[in-house]
Amino acid sequence: MTDDLIARLAADLKPVRPMAMHRLLIGALLASGVVAVLAMLMLLGMRPDMDAARVTMIYWTKFSYTLALALLGLAATTVLARPGGRSRWPWLTGIALLALLLVLAIIQLARSDDMMPMIMGSSIIRSLTYIPIFSLPVLLAAMLALRRMAPTRPALAGFAAGITAGSTGAWIYAFACTETGMMFVALWYTLAIVVVGAIGAVLGRFLLRW
Amino acid sequence: MQADPTETRLRTLMLAALDGDAAAYRTLLAELGKHLRPYFTRRLTPAFASHAEDLVQETLLAIHTRRMTYDRNRPFTAWLHAIAHHKFVDHVRRQSIRLTVPLEDDAPILAHDDNADALARRDLTTVLDTIPPRTSDLIRRTRIEGASVAEAAAAHGITETAAKVSIHRGLKSLAARFSGGSKP
Repeated sequence: MTDDLIARLAADLKPVRPMAMHRLLIGALLASGVVAVLAMLMLLGMRPDMDAARVTMIYWTKFSYTLALALLGLAATTVLARPGGRSRWPWLTGIALLALLLVLAIIQLARSDDMMPMIMGSSIIRSLTYIPIFSLPVLLAAMLALRRMAPTRPALAGFAAGITAGSTGAWIYAFACTETGMMFVALWYTLAIVVVGAIGAVLGRFLLRW
Repeated sequence: MQADPTETRLRTLMLAALDGDAAAYRTLLAELGKHLRPYFTRRLTPAFASHAEDLVQETLLAIHTRRMTYDRNRPFTAWLHAIAHHKFVDHVRRQSIRLTVPLEDDAPILAHDDNADALARRDLTTVLDTIPPRTSDLIRRTRIEGASVAEAAAAHGITETAAKVSIHRGLKSLAARFSGGSKP
């Protein structure tokens, strides 16, 4: 029985390229990211004041905060995709980034006359809707890729994939978002990303069992 | 890093398999099967020992389908163990084998036989009688009753060094006489 299995598996052997796992994950993220970008362009379009925004601090804050979280999420996902993988520094670095953003946001609030627009903005619902929508293709692609890997902590691996997808969705949404408050990003972008992370954790529990 | 021979051999086979060497892969899987069978048997209660073969097959299959997750720069045995452990935990959960008793404590009832201990003690006495009485007493005191060499030496009024030499010679002659294959 076991000998038959070994013979069949040996006959089925195909070479595995070095970094095959990384290639699969990154490929899945890039392909699904393109889908999400197209969805953003069709549903919302780029913000009309792009040229003016490109020189503002808040534009680059949104850009780099979400991109950094996406990369940290990818780092955690890659570690957790291996059996027995443990991730620590990506989470701690992500929390440190959020803390840094909050500090910047508080400085910005202290300098402004009217705080409320900086915190509540005018598009909370829009952000909380579109970030998950743009995250969805990325989350599904990451889950499909992870199903071929060996996460021994499925919920945590799903959470990491969700944070990656949520941050990618937020990064894409940022090109359409005209909010100017750092606190808006710190609160509502982060909330949207964590919600997608939670969805990933639940999906991971069920989809990533092996 | 310390190079464990098993680790080195299995890792070499795995790296060859990842590059597409089917013969190395077959050798690797066969050897892993031999390692995994006792690994699972030991962890299952005797009532579930028949599940060991299923677990071996499931683990080999997981190794095959998820071999891209092996990091070529890391120890192979650690990766193998993580997969085998995951398969075991998953199996226990799925079969809802209730581990209300720690696995080690659920040994067969007759595994320990006090009568056998008494027999072993009598054998020991017989064996010790075949060497000079002082030597056998020194061995009995230090190796069986747990006295220190100094105490045993004092009881016989000899130096510690002499006692050590005597014990060593006695054990050596016992080993020569009772280890397998020696002829009279």
